[in-house]
Amino acid sequence: MTTGQGVIHDLGYRHYDGARAGRRYIARALFLESAKGAYGLGRSAKSKVMPMLLLAAICLPAFIIVVITTVTNADKLAGDYTSYVLNVSLLVMVYVAGQAPTSVSRDLRFRVVSLYFSRPLERVDYVLAKYAAMTTAVFVLLALPLTILFVGALLAKLPLDEQVPDYLRSLVGALLVALVLAGIGLVIAALTPRRGLGVAAIIAVLAVLAGVQGAVQAIAVEEGADTFAGYAGLFSPFTLVQGVMSSVLGAEKVLEAEPPGALGGAVFFAATFLVVAACFGALLLRYRKVSI
Amino acid sequence: MALIATEELTKRYGQVTAVSELTVAIEPGVVGLIGANGAGKSTLIKMVLGLLPPTSGRASVLGLDIATDGTAIRQRVGYMPEHDCLPPDVSATEFVVHMARMSGLPKTAARERTADTLRHVGLYEERYRPIGGYSTGMKQRVKLAQALVHDPQLVLLDEPTNGLDPAGRDDMLGLIRRVGTDFGISVLVASHLLGELERVSDHVVVIDAGRLLRSSSTADATAASQLIAVEVTERTDELAAALREAGLGAQLVGTLLEVDLQDDTTYDIVRDAVAGLGVGLIRMERRRHRMSEIFTTPDGSR
Repeated sequence: MTTGQGVIHDLGYRHYDGARAGRRYIARALFLESAKGAYGLGRSAKSKVMPMLLLAAICLPAFIIVVITTVTNADKLAGDYTSYVLNVSLLVMVYVAGQAPTSVSRDLRFRVVSLYFSRPLERVDYVLAKYAAMTTAVFVLLALPLTILFVGALLAKLPLDEQVPDYLRSLVGALLVALVLAGIGLVIAALTPRRGLGVAAIIAVLAVLAGVQGAVQAIAVEEGADTFAGYAGLFSPFTLVQGVMSSVLGAEKVLEAEPPGALGGAVFFAATFLVVAACFGALLLRYRKVSI
Repeated sequence: MALIATEELTKRYGQVTAVSELTVAIEPGVVGLIGANGAGKSTLIKMVLGLLPPTSGRASVLGLDIATDGTAIRQRVGYMPEHDCLPPDVSATEFVVHMARMSGLPKTAARERTADTLRHVGLYEERYRPIGGYSTGMKQRVKLAQALVHDPQLVLLDEPTNGLDPAGRDDMLGLIRRVGTDFGISVLVASHLLGELERVSDHVVVIDAGRLLRSSSTADATAASQLIAVEVTERTDELAAALREAGLGAQLVGTLLEVDLQDDTTYDIVRDAVAGLGVGLIRMERRRHRMSEIFTTPDGSR
């Protein structure tokens, strides 16, 4: 009001009669908040340190590869997209172990979930938003260095018709890795309200899976059991997705043993799908049990 | 339209019956829900929120069926749980803005309403500090603020004075009264302390072991059997006799004399009787009901 001087501001209670959005908007708001939160954005400075350090560590080798490629005038990148994802896998696991508990254990431990579930948001919306947010966060973590490689390749004037398909394929792979890792990470984190325990449990599970996969595959290769060695990739998230990449999407074979033939490809593809569906189902079951 | 109406509402957890054939109609206003721990208050609140399907019976909140319109109910209702529910690492402002958005408010509206609501519940400069450093009283205020931030038509408060010191209790009760009168938001406040709810509610619903004991306006509930306690220096029995002669019910309880309060003249009669005996009057005060008294129905059965 601009009626001149002497305006008295009414500080009494004001009702709200503006827009009230439904479940979809709320779920999207939770998704955005959680995805940003996975990098500490909108949180304290302390919670930015780990994710940002890991992001930098994962991108650094890509820079170096780009520099080497440009300086030496090479006719191909000094490291390919597919093996890049596998080479930084340890860092990605550490990231998931750190951020999945931050995303869900906190809400369970401090019982913030009661406040979510006493609102229009349904439990399935909460699970969807959290799963999508963690997947997006891990995808960004992998897509950023891949994009650096791609941009570097363009700057080095490498042939586009070779680079574009490889790059796009690697993005699909990054998305699959993100779906699988986010699923496993969130399921473990949702079972352990204590953050520290969640971090340790995720690291342990992922490390054991990778260890088993590596050992089984190495022994199988040694023994000459090639088919079995190929299927050993099923044990660990990264090799699982690599199997899908090489057999279904036609990416380069970079492992000691890759899924054998069309059947192998189908098995790896089905396994990936099953893992993601199982993680989502497990999360739904877990949150159905959470009382407010 | 009734604020909350239940019909034979029952909830069983295996062998345990938490709420048993509860039929009650509650009008808008500040409503006290009284019951001992484990009487079924929290269960009733969760059913009212549409989060806990009843074993049998029906209930509606703001005209919406709890069995089918849960989402619509939760859009119009605010809930303050009994337990802690605040993350320690964010500030009250950040947290309440987030909760406003989780109720479907757009970003700008969420910010404005958060600032308003936190001011109304009495959080000022401290609202920018992480919640982890707050006192219990401040945390209770944040819990209340998140229940009010989306301007609900009804707030459900589960034991809002839990853990508060007497001054904090009074503040919280005053705030609850204001939510009902100044904000025009209906309140269902659960507590095991009747004395507390007497002061703030228009209507009280008393439940025990999941069954309805009484549902009446606060005035009715308290008018029925009000007492004053009188303590004198000596000759208490003579005073009791004198008061009975004057037509007042009076019984000796320890060294105290409990006198039925009929109206304001009762105080005068007591004063005159004490003066007539020439003894010293140590105190004369209104007695609050105890749970056990209100839990006894007029015909003496439980």
